[in-house]
Amino acid sequence: MSYPKKLNKEDIAFRASLELPSDSYVNLGIGMPSLCAKYLQKEKNITFQAENGILGFNEISKEDEQDENLIDAGGQFLVKAPGMSFFDSAESFGMIRGNHLDMTVLGALQVSEKGDLANWMIKDRGIGSIGGAMDLVVGAKEVIVTMDHVTKENKPKILKECDFPLTGINCVNKIITDIAVIIVEDQGLILTEIAEGWSTEQVQSLTEPKLIVSNKLIRYITK
Amino acid sequence: MTKKYIYTSYKEAIKDLKDDSSIMIGGFGVQGGQPTNLMLALRDLNLSNLTLIGNVAGISMVTGYGWKESDKDKIIDQSIFFKDKQVKKIICSFPIPSSRNTLSEIEKAWINEEAEIEIIPQGTLAEKIRAGGSGIPAFYTKTGVGTIVEKEKESKIINGEKFLLEYALNADVSLIKAFISDEKGNLIYKGTSRAFNPIMATASKLTIVEVDKIVSSKDIDPERIGTPGIYVDRIVTKNNELS
Repeated sequence: MSYPKKLNKEDIAFRASLELPSDSYVNLGIGMPSLCAKYLQKEKNITFQAENGILGFNEISKEDEQDENLIDAGGQFLVKAPGMSFFDSAESFGMIRGNHLDMTVLGALQVSEKGDLANWMIKDRGIGSIGGAMDLVVGAKEVIVTMDHVTKENKPKILKECDFPLTGINCVNKIITDIAVIIVEDQGLILTEIAEGWSTEQVQSLTEPKLIVSNKLIRYITK
Repeated sequence: MTKKYIYTSYKEAIKDLKDDSSIMIGGFGVQGGQPTNLMLALRDLNLSNLTLIGNVAGISMVTGYGWKESDKDKIIDQSIFFKDKQVKKIICSFPIPSSRNTLSEIEKAWINEEAEIEIIPQGTLAEKIRAGGSGIPAFYTKTGVGTIVEKEKESKIINGEKFLLEYALNADVSLIKAFISDEKGNLIYKGTSRAFNPIMATASKLTIVEVDKIVSSKDIDPERIGTPGIYVDRIVTKNNELS
């Protein structure tokens, strides 16, 4: 089967940025998720948390003005802003596990149809980095995954069961990929948005579990 | 001990540390908040069979992670202890960069079976250390349920939900970093440099802190103290402003 053009990282980040609720506290994972911040609508009044111990940042520092003590968990240097607060790791994860964050956006290697997430270890490497992901998926009120729909080898990343080691079970609420937006519900995976030029059959052919096509299916929202 | 020992040499401050010790290394695993000078002195002491406890470990030297552009030629991380096989085991949350292009010294040591790595979810690691420093022997957490972390752990259903039993973590020595100390060991931190420092300060038999400067307690505001001096044993700095 030949396929239409996929969307890119920026499109995924933009689409994920629309998910961030107004007046919310949000933790963005390293990589593609952190790109979201770029597209943030200011009027939404979102406060970002980074698990290394900071709340209330929004601007990335210029290269020649970097302060070693103002950094997020992904290693981006930040600009000091009014309303920021700093705290240690026990407090940071108390905040996370204690359900005080409204949302986290994370990358993924695999997601199952039940909303299990695998994002910390490629199976055959035998070792990986858990970091804060396992705490974030049990603690945040909503978990959004951003990822490519398939692997570099064109294999589905949305599976009936993940075969990579899990980060958490039944934890993902929504999957935003480079061809589709999919909601994880009790009855299964609901396809709600589809990229321009793609058919539901084409998206299904790159997805292992059966997708339920929403009766409100729309075009994938882009910039 | 209310008596605090103040050093101007990192080497002197750690010279009695021993083989087979367990050592917590503070910070997050980035430049800010890492006790870099104490780590270099410890490496030069060339101990063996150490158990290290850190958070992000061994990422910066292969990826530049968390270091300022202007300091990219000076990057140090916990992998410095692996090159000369000083480590028996490291307990941490993030020891492996996602890219496999360059192997870190820690991953190499793991592949060559020279060192064991225990990977713990970051929040569980922080809470184990907090518990260790505050007389809580164990606690229940939801983190890791249904994953590899659950393996061989006791669990309990509380209010209809499953939780895992995690035990407290203590060590022989904590090496930490703060911004300012007074002569009583009261510490002030800057920005995101807190991370694991304040909790590691509480969880070991011996806490050694590296600070940018030591000032008189008359010159610091008690409202700003992040770690009370009761947890601190030794203070080391190149900038002692005590008269």
